[in-house]
Amino acid sequence: MVAHLLRLKLTLLRNGVRRSPWQLVGMAFAGLYALGLVATLVVVLVLLRRADHELAQTAVVLGGSAAILGWGIIPVVASATDMTLDPARFTTFAIPMKQLLAGLALGGLIGIPGLATTLVALSTVVTWSRGVLPALAALVGATLGVLTCIVLSKVVTTATASLAASRRFKDVSAIAFMVPLVLLGPIVAGLSRGLSASAGFLPEFAQAMSWTPLGAPWSIAGDIAAGQPGAAALKLLIAAAVLAGLAWCWKLLLERALVNPPYSGSGKRKGGKLGLFGLLPAVPAGAVMARSLTYWVRDPRYSGSLIVVPLLPVLLVFQGSQTGDFSTLAFLAPLTAFILAWSISADVSYDNTAFALHLASGVRGVDDRLGRALACLAFALPVVLVFAVGHAAFTTDWASLPGQLGLSLGILFTGLGLSSVVSARYTVAVPLPGDSPFKKPPGNVGQTLAVQFAGMGILFVLVLPEAGLLVAQLVTGNILFGWLNLGAGLLVGLALFVTGVRLGGTWLDARGPELLAQVTVNR
Amino acid sequence: MDGISLDVPAGSFFGIVGPNGAGKTTTLSMATGLLRPDFGTAVVHGVDVWARPLEAKRLMGILPDGVRLFDRLTGEQLVTYAGLLRGMDKDVVASRVGELLAALDLAQDAGTLVVDYSAGMTKKIALASALIHAPRLLVLDEPFEAVDPVSAANIRSILDSYVASGGTVIVSSHVMDLVQRMCDHVAVVAAGRLLAAGTVDEVRGGASLEDRFVQLVGGRSHTEGLEWLRTF
Repeated sequence: MVAHLLRLKLTLLRNGVRRSPWQLVGMAFAGLYALGLVATLVVVLVLLRRADHELAQTAVVLGGSAAILGWGIIPVVASATDMTLDPARFTTFAIPMKQLLAGLALGGLIGIPGLATTLVALSTVVTWSRGVLPALAALVGATLGVLTCIVLSKVVTTATASLAASRRFKDVSAIAFMVPLVLLGPIVAGLSRGLSASAGFLPEFAQAMSWTPLGAPWSIAGDIAAGQPGAAALKLLIAAAVLAGLAWCWKLLLERALVNPPYSGSGKRKGGKLGLFGLLPAVPAGAVMARSLTYWVRDPRYSGSLIVVPLLPVLLVFQGSQTGDFSTLAFLAPLTAFILAWSISADVSYDNTAFALHLASGVRGVDDRLGRALACLAFALPVVLVFAVGHAAFTTDWASLPGQLGLSLGILFTGLGLSSVVSARYTVAVPLPGDSPFKKPPGNVGQTLAVQFAGMGILFVLVLPEAGLLVAQLVTGNILFGWLNLGAGLLVGLALFVTGVRLGGTWLDARGPELLAQVTVNR
Repeated sequence: MDGISLDVPAGSFFGIVGPNGAGKTTTLSMATGLLRPDFGTAVVHGVDVWARPLEAKRLMGILPDGVRLFDRLTGEQLVTYAGLLRGMDKDVVASRVGELLAALDLAQDAGTLVVDYSAGMTKKIALASALIHAPRLLVLDEPFEAVDPVSAANIRSILDSYVASGGTVIVSSHVMDLVQRMCDHVAVVAAGRLLAAGTVDEVRGGASLEDRFVQLVGGRSHTEGLEWLRTF
């Protein structure tokens, strides 16, 4: 039975790859990345064999603790659990619990994260091959450690299965995950500075961790090597007890999950609240705008990119404070304008087949385009204005403000016009409605890249007048160029905005059914 | 598709039946302007769907099968959205939304996001979106799938009175009993071809529609084999 489950997992993996060659490419990339990471860690662990005992013990215990912690946290936060062997799918088969547990646990080892963890953990055997006993102890410790990783992740995912199935939790966790991801640079910098400042503290920290469930399995070999068999025995006991306890929890949870499939209902709510639909003008373009704005708030695929915007100044200010040079802050407003304007270039792809409603209702293309562009403009315009003025206030360089405004508004309006054309003609591979914003379906990767790069190239050409005037002001220092820039940004930008919306509308009228057929490919 | 030609009389309750994968959805998509056909035309009350799409779509209410909805809107917002997209007046939309939700037994969930609806509720809210502008022709692809019997009966009586007052309904289904009871005309489609069309009585010719359908489409396997299923 265990062998059956393992074979099932392998077959599922293979068929998933067979479905589309792009999935194979994606897995190959993930595999290469993991391979690089694993190779580095293995080399480090092998080299640690020559290091002194304290350093090796500290590195192995802290690294191992981080691994167990990661296996416990990441599946929940990233809502990217590997559900190929979802226990809920085995409810109708009468599989003995023990065999199901063993099969699912070993199945967890198959796949890139499982294999990578196993390989790295086994390398600690090399680190401690300073004698027969330490090496054996390392093997036992690594086995216990890896199994703890797997079982912990199973416990966590089974326990949160009904929670994770609720849409609200998925939405919130996906957005919350964006924050540390965007701030990764500052976080890593802060951590590494903190660590280097407290290097003497690390061995003590590792010593303490080695008595916790997270560090115990990884410290057994080190204690043996240090000639402390008593401590090693105690830690072996801790690790084994933790693993057994986790396995027991998992069994209980699984038994419960098998008879109570997750229920993701939500309370009834009466109507009466039309939200933006009641506020905006009751014309087709206004309705499209209300719908788009509602999505910017409610759909994590949109709000995930919104959350990046307030973090941008944080990032740039942090970078400036590192080097003491805040000149990169000048990019804040233009960059924000670009990100927000370009974000609607895949609007129809984000709609997916819901776009059929627009097509079936006979919405004029211009109304469709205008509504989406205005929705984005409604918050992008104030944000860009605030960022531009904020930059001038922060640097007290008010002479640069007109030029900044000219370029930023130029990019914003031109970009919205261009996006309106692009999304009326081309579809790109985007996360499906309801999916995690990080989960891109396999699809026309070639077209996606081509559309993105060609679009950005065209946008660059279209805003050359504003960019040129900004350079002219920087070179000559004449503020006249700044005011010219502001005029150009508004005039050229608005003209291109109107042209883009019109052209996009015409294309949409002509090719609506073809566009729907294109988004139907991924659904 | 293999060159289907179909006449739907105005004011009829027209059923299209066929096995899974027969091309019902494809036919209806091409007739309603959602999928461009390689050749041929579709005409609704004298308006060519592919030559004057905006005009034709004003006459039609469409419930497509297998497409998503804007499901991050509440049920009420979605139907309102469908009305406003059609350029309807705000107050008319508001009163019709209330009546439609009540008639389809969705008033209690009007403020719930459509993404949290059950399959049957989703079907009903999509139907409400198709009805909001009082079209002259309703094209419903699998309207009763996953809908509970009470709601289905409500929908049927709505459609019956709609036809009685001169509207035209086209439904696709693979539930023969339903089509036989509900529709006055029927077309049988299989493998992209039209096998029979006419009034329900003409097509079934004395037999039940289901028997006639199986006879037309073929592929009924007699329960030979599977003996082990009877020897526990």
